[in-house]
Amino acid sequence: MSPPPASAKPTPPDAQVLRLERALQLLGHSGQPLPPGDPTSPGWLQGLIDALVDLSSRDALTGLANRRAFDLSLAREIDRVARSGEPALLLVLDIDHFKRINDNHGHAAGDQVIRAVASALIDSVRPMDLVARIGGEEFAIILPNCASAFGETVAERVRRRVERMPVAVGPAQQISCTISIGGAFAPQWVRSTPGLWVERADQQLYLSKTQGRNLVRLEPTAVSVVSTEERRLLFETSQFLDYE
Amino acid sequence: MTAPLNPSAGPVTGTFPAASSRIMAVTSGKGGVGKTFISANLAAALARQGRRVLVLDADLGLANLDVLLNLFPKITLHDVFTGKSTLADAILPVAAGFSVLLAGSGMVEYSRMTAEIREQLQQVIAEVEPKFDHVLLDTGAGISDVVLYTVSLAGEVLVVVTPEPTSLTDAYATIKVLATLQGRRRFNLLVNQTRKMGEGRAVRQQLQQVIDRYVNPGLDSPVRLELAGEVPSDTAVRESVLRRQLLLDVQPGSPAAVAIGNVATKLVGA
Repeated sequence: MSPPPASAKPTPPDAQVLRLERALQLLGHSGQPLPPGDPTSPGWLQGLIDALVDLSSRDALTGLANRRAFDLSLAREIDRVARSGEPALLLVLDIDHFKRINDNHGHAAGDQVIRAVASALIDSVRPMDLVARIGGEEFAIILPNCASAFGETVAERVRRRVERMPVAVGPAQQISCTISIGGAFAPQWVRSTPGLWVERADQQLYLSKTQGRNLVRLEPTAVSVVSTEERRLLFETSQFLDYE
Repeated sequence: MTAPLNPSAGPVTGTFPAASSRIMAVTSGKGGVGKTFISANLAAALARQGRRVLVLDADLGLANLDVLLNLFPKITLHDVFTGKSTLADAILPVAAGFSVLLAGSGMVEYSRMTAEIREQLQQVIAEVEPKFDHVLLDTGAGISDVVLYTVSLAGEVLVVVTPEPTSLTDAYATIKVLATLQGRRRFNLLVNQTRKMGEGRAVRQQLQQVIDRYVNPGLDSPVRLELAGEVPSDTAVRESVLRRQLLLDVQPGSPAAVAIGNVATKLVGA
């Protein structure tokens, strides 16, 4: 089936001739509300598509953004930072000794821990930040417009929040868990790649894992920015006066 | 992306790998300060001193090395990367006694550094390294990840700067980034287009002073700038560039050519 040419606006086909049973089933099963209105209207079809898009952007266990949605947001954000120069922070987080939790308490408990960490992450950042589950026990947070001076504070807040959170894994059993966090700021004004950004944050996560876990490690920041004071000192001598 | 944590995976940040000191990245921060001109003529000067030299267009097609040297290469790094040619065939000898490895215009599409390109570039450099005494990596302007990566493959860095506020600012930012992200502590500084004797020393002094004040306090060991030399502003330079010939070929006695010869002597001795 070849897609219609990009210039031509496709006319919505009659919903009656489309095979929508599986899509509706999938939405129903995942607890998504079905689109309201007349099933033959273009608006209804749009609602269905939106619901499917939403579904394919979410992690089934936690409801967080999934890896696919994360990759897309990350690419968008690094492009935005390169153009606008606004600072943005990427945090990658990993539950410490997760295998041990699974081994000692079972996989259901492991799932409980993952869900609890997910909601702790959501609760400790701003609504504009994107929290994603990008692997088994691995999460990431994209924080747009986050000044470098606040990076450490926000990452610490996330870490402490998880550390202090009891997770109920049985009727009378609570356990606690910790996370290791690595972070890096997107290079301002500099062309870069999402992969490199993740790699830099990952290296910091590696440091926090090897230095004892339950730690925050952020890459030293803002190195490519030259402050007014630095500029003043650079041009202090009279030799540059005739260039001004 | 978030594949198994591997401390050796990323040479771009953290401590950079122990690259050979025979590999020197020529970088500048700001464009248009004569980076490619210096790379080519420095290569010629080193060749005159009996050294085997290769200049590699590490700006991946944007360095204009071919324009400067009036070359029309049939085989480029792009052909090597795509498997159409061997590396040996892509290395072109130049009349001035050194060799060049051009990227080819097809490389512009690699303005984003994929893992594959990184690996291939690293492999190419590892292969050419034992065959030459000096490999000069002519990097792009700015502090893009391509520049950061190519510089990370070099053991030595030559920062080309002109005595102007914009060039100085960008060179300073570059040094700061390389010191912080790659653990670089030693930089060779070449001050191009100086207007009076001793201006190179003044520029080095000025940069070093700001580094001592704003960069070094946060580092485990201090960054040191080494003045590789100063190349005076010289009308012969413009003439040679317009004629698409090497300054050292057409006007070897000109002040700029002599100065570049001195830089070569200093680098060989170092």
